[in-house]
Amino acid sequence: MYIAAFTWTEFAQQITAGVRQGAVFAGLALALVIIYRSTRAINFAQGEMATFTTFVCWSLMNHGLSFWAAFPIVLVIAFVGGVTIERTIIRPVENGPVITIVIVTLGLALLLNGLMSVIWGGGNRPFNGPFSTRTIDVGGVPISVQDIGIVAVSFVLVGLLALFFRFTKLGLGLRAAALNRDSSELVGVRVGWMLAFGWGLAAVLGAVAGMMVAPILFLDPNMMQTILLYAFAAAVLGGLDSPVGAVVGGLLLGVAITLLGRYVGFIGDTLKLPTALLLILLVLLVKPNGLFGRVAVRRV
Amino acid sequence: MPLLEVENVTKRFGGIVALDGVSFVAQPGEIVGLIGPNGAGKTTAFNVITRLYTPDEGDVRFEGKSLLGVRPSGVVTRGIARTFQNVELFRGMSVLDNVRVGAHARHGDQGADDLLYYVNLHSLRYRPASELPYGTQKRVELARALASSPRLLLLDEPAGGLSHEEVEQLGTFIKRMRDDYELTILLVEHHMGLVMSTADRVHVLDFGRKIAEGTPAEVQGDKQVIEAYLGATS
Repeated sequence: MYIAAFTWTEFAQQITAGVRQGAVFAGLALALVIIYRSTRAINFAQGEMATFTTFVCWSLMNHGLSFWAAFPIVLVIAFVGGVTIERTIIRPVENGPVITIVIVTLGLALLLNGLMSVIWGGGNRPFNGPFSTRTIDVGGVPISVQDIGIVAVSFVLVGLLALFFRFTKLGLGLRAAALNRDSSELVGVRVGWMLAFGWGLAAVLGAVAGMMVAPILFLDPNMMQTILLYAFAAAVLGGLDSPVGAVVGGLLLGVAITLLGRYVGFIGDTLKLPTALLLILLVLLVKPNGLFGRVAVRRV
Repeated sequence: MPLLEVENVTKRFGGIVALDGVSFVAQPGEIVGLIGPNGAGKTTAFNVITRLYTPDEGDVRFEGKSLLGVRPSGVVTRGIARTFQNVELFRGMSVLDNVRVGAHARHGDQGADDLLYYVNLHSLRYRPASELPYGTQKRVELARALASSPRLLLLDEPAGGLSHEEVEQLGTFIKRMRDDYELTILLVEHHMGLVMSTADRVHVLDFGRKIAEGTPAEVQGDKQVIEAYLGATS
């Protein structure tokens, strides 16, 4: 097996790159988990929803707005869009079998993908991100400003969400609605709106992930598809119903994939995704509830 | 005026009539027992009152106003709280958070700490509710129900799964709650000892119909009630 020449500086750079990738996986994985906890289904449209809002950002910037001016507008649009999708498309099938919801999200993914091609055209295009790609020296290791920025934005967002869920009444209601619907209704929580709110939050998380990776990947309608698979792997690794697990899983996966791709010759860039999928398989075999997932036990 | 009026309520599931023209009332401050063999319709009655089910016929009025136009999440704002037969806590949330959610319909949750002292669970407030023994979880559920400051409290088999001593304490505790929080309590229970020692009035259901009502002593001597429980003797 071919082992690349090793230096500590490069190792540190690879870790940084892994954390940057992992932060994006974590954001999208968290979006999947939020929807899974309340709707009990994987939202396969999460990637397309993220890309769509990133296109909205691109359009706003084309009309002369700076990235940071467009950013909050996009978040609001994403939130309203997520709530609207839940209220109009998911709600009619909400109490149906999980497979029905999953098929509806797949249909939604195709619909959004087609819409993006119609509105913005299919080809890929550069996306000017908010962060410079020049590197700065951090303790002897050159690290790009962009990597630091992406990690910082993702962490701030996850931190704000954690505070929101932990300390606000609305956050408490959202957690309650995800855990026990009947009990939630009976203590006065409007469960239907909580589910919609969850979709709004997930859309916001996706939008941020999309706007963070677009400068690296170039923007096209299929931009998030591969990342969604990584995010799915990260969510499964952490435990599909654990928000903490999604974040930890995302970071672990980002770092693991980057290091394996760099230092294990036969994996390289081409086998990164299969490696992630192999990881899903292993986790499901060995620890089906993931690192942080709850084992479902119920008294009957 | 009665606090709760259940009037001629019928609820069908397919061909099964779970409640068949059932009527009863609860006066303010009363502890009303609802008893009957398995499948008599007791829990269905609770689910109709809390709007998880909509009755096919009849009306449910609280403080003189019909509840049928109220959504399930609006029942608690009217002043009705309940516990469940199988304990429906928010698993994975701490004891304290469970009680805080109970106060969702009110402004603020300052009362959560006091309530935890009241049910003697304050020292366990940061423990995940699902890790606690069954009897303790039932107390968490009581505290959660009290957190909404209800006027009517529905208890669905609070003695189920409790030990003999726990049931005795529960009887005393139910009466104390009624006095301390000025509650009216509707009690579904299999445990005859508990019902007979706590209830002011008892209604007996069998196969969805009300077959008797009266004080615990009256009901205990009723021929139909004895037949429903022990089987018909001819």
